Amino acid sequence: MKGSGLLLKLEVSSDPRLLCVVRAAVENFTEICGFSPPACRAVTRAVDEAVANVIRHAYGNKPDQWIEITCRLVEPEVAGQGVPSLEIVMLDEGVPFEPDKVKERSLDEVKPGGLGLHFIRDSMDLMEHRRVGKQNQLRLVKQVKAEKPIQACEGE
Amino acid sequence: MEMSARRLEKVTIFDITGHIDLANSPEVRKTVLKELRELKTPRVIMNLKAVKYIDSSGVASLVEGLKASRDLGSRFILIGLSASAREVLQLSRLLKVFEVYDDEEQALSSQ
Repeated sequence: MKGSGLLLKLEVSSDPRLLCVVRAAVENFTEICGFSPPACRAVTRAVDEAVANVIRHAYGNKPDQWIEITCRLVEPEVAGQGVPSLEIVMLDEGVPFEPDKVKERSLDEVKPGGLGLHFIRDSMDLMEHRRVGKQNQLRLVKQVKAEKPIQACEGE
Repeated sequence: MEMSARRLEKVTIFDITGHIDLANSPEVRKTVLKELRELKTPRVIMNLKAVKYIDSSGVASLVEGLKASRDLGSRFILIGLSASAREVLQLSRLLKVFEVYDDEEQALSSQ
């Protein structure tokens, strides 16, 4: 894959009041990338939930911590073959994300909480997490115009 | 987000505008639970017509309202769902769990 030059990079503090700023930027970016309106909403929802998770869990609601979000439209390596993808990489320096400790509720239960990861997984084609040094790195990918997931979630 | 209340006989309608997210969902939760538990309002209607976005924390606040209303034997109704709000409730498999109407008139005339 190669970069097309279409890039959005945001650095925000972990203040929930900035979530609307992130959503507005990401939604506009997805429109420029060529996603359908439902797909634009889906990607925006995934990023919003991911940032909210960082604020709540990685930083324990401290509002002055660092989050970086990089969105990049990646063209297929061979022009004309395949479709472009949007790759989003989110970095934070909060406590390590431990998938085993995440309380993700069953969708058959009617109770509050535990929905954020469902929303991210459902909205994106790929979600993977890794710890790099002192940083959490979340990578999300969605094919432009792909209406259904193209592969199972990995990592986390 | 802005949230205002209209109180009719045995019914309170909350008109909400803007986005419900992590920044303000605690306020929604607190207001709704107070209406149900302290003011004992028999029917609470959440008018979401002007809500353009709702995140998982907003959905959680609505679920808390629903559960409180069930505990108290009151009704908790959603009206005017935007495409975004409807998508989120469908993703959560909660759309059929809530009592949902298109508009205020339907919600007020429902039994």
